Amino acid sequence: MGKIARSRDDSAALRAGLAVGLAAAAYGVSYGALAVAAGLDVWQTCVMSLLMFTGGSQFALIGVLATGGVAAGPTAIASAAILGIRNGIYGVRVAPIIGGRWWKKVAAAWVTIDETTAVAINQPTLKSQRIGFWTTAAATFLGWNLTSLIGALIGDALGDPRAWGLDAAAAAAFVGLLWPRLRQLQTVAVASAAAVVAIALTPVLLPGLPVLVAGTVAIVVGAFNWFANAEPPLVPLEREGV
Amino acid sequence: MTLWLIVIVASLACLAMKLAGYLVPPSVLDRPAPSRIANLLTVALLAALVAVQTFGSGTGLQFDARVPALVVAVILFALRVPFVVVVILAAATAALIRLSGWG
Repeated sequence: MGKIARSRDDSAALRAGLAVGLAAAAYGVSYGALAVAAGLDVWQTCVMSLLMFTGGSQFALIGVLATGGVAAGPTAIASAAILGIRNGIYGVRVAPIIGGRWWKKVAAAWVTIDETTAVAINQPTLKSQRIGFWTTAAATFLGWNLTSLIGALIGDALGDPRAWGLDAAAAAAFVGLLWPRLRQLQTVAVASAAAVVAIALTPVLLPGLPVLVAGTVAIVVGAFNWFANAEPPLVPLEREGV
Repeated sequence: MTLWLIVIVASLACLAMKLAGYLVPPSVLDRPAPSRIANLLTVALLAALVAVQTFGSGTGLQFDARVPALVVAVILFALRVPFVVVVILAAATAALIRLSGWG
């Protein structure tokens, strides 16, 4: 491979990272506003984006707190943690790309999420994979934290969340996170069954628990590999540049 | 349990998941089941959260302005409208319906 071909791969990785980072940053606003509507203050909203830094888990935590309040704390934590398991799977895949000393791996682990993994593994060379990973990481981290703060301040100023339809916005946000994953019969089957289980259990269990119990659908279907017709991609994302 | 404790514990739990991926040997992915179950857990929890956010009301169920807002959101996502636009339009749908006096 010549020098020109290499640098073309590198700049393609750079562009993909910036595009994906900006797209993720845009929906940090909705996270921030919904977090405040769920009862978090601006500081707690921002600490979550800094430390947790994984959108699905952040939305899940505030979603459960919004329905169950502080009493649903343990189930909110469990929901966030379970949605975070996939980042561990991504880490296994991304670790060989990162390389280097332990502190570099810790920094990489912190930002190993849907976006960084998707961009990294879709680049052709090791160098462009690294460029893709770290560009996406920087763009997403800066953008997500900045827009979370902006969203939290907007949410703080709005007042009554129901009057502004923020409870409906939370449901729409979860649909948006789920949507790219509904490409296989197996995921559609699991999503439908989990939704039915969660609704059926809502009147009989404490808030937060129906969501956790619905997770058992995934374990059963996944263990026996029912409804399997096509292998899903490692990271289902539908964003420009990935 | 205070809100701060919930935020910190959940954040550390998610960080631990990420670090675990860098500590386990790559051979854990030799068998397809672990990553398949992790993927399906994500799907199941997100779908359950959609359901509860749309119909849940404490420990009961309620059919209100959130339902038409969800229908709007699904249609817009199917039309590949960007995430943040869909979320805003879903909120606007529910807000307008409530302004008109229902839900």
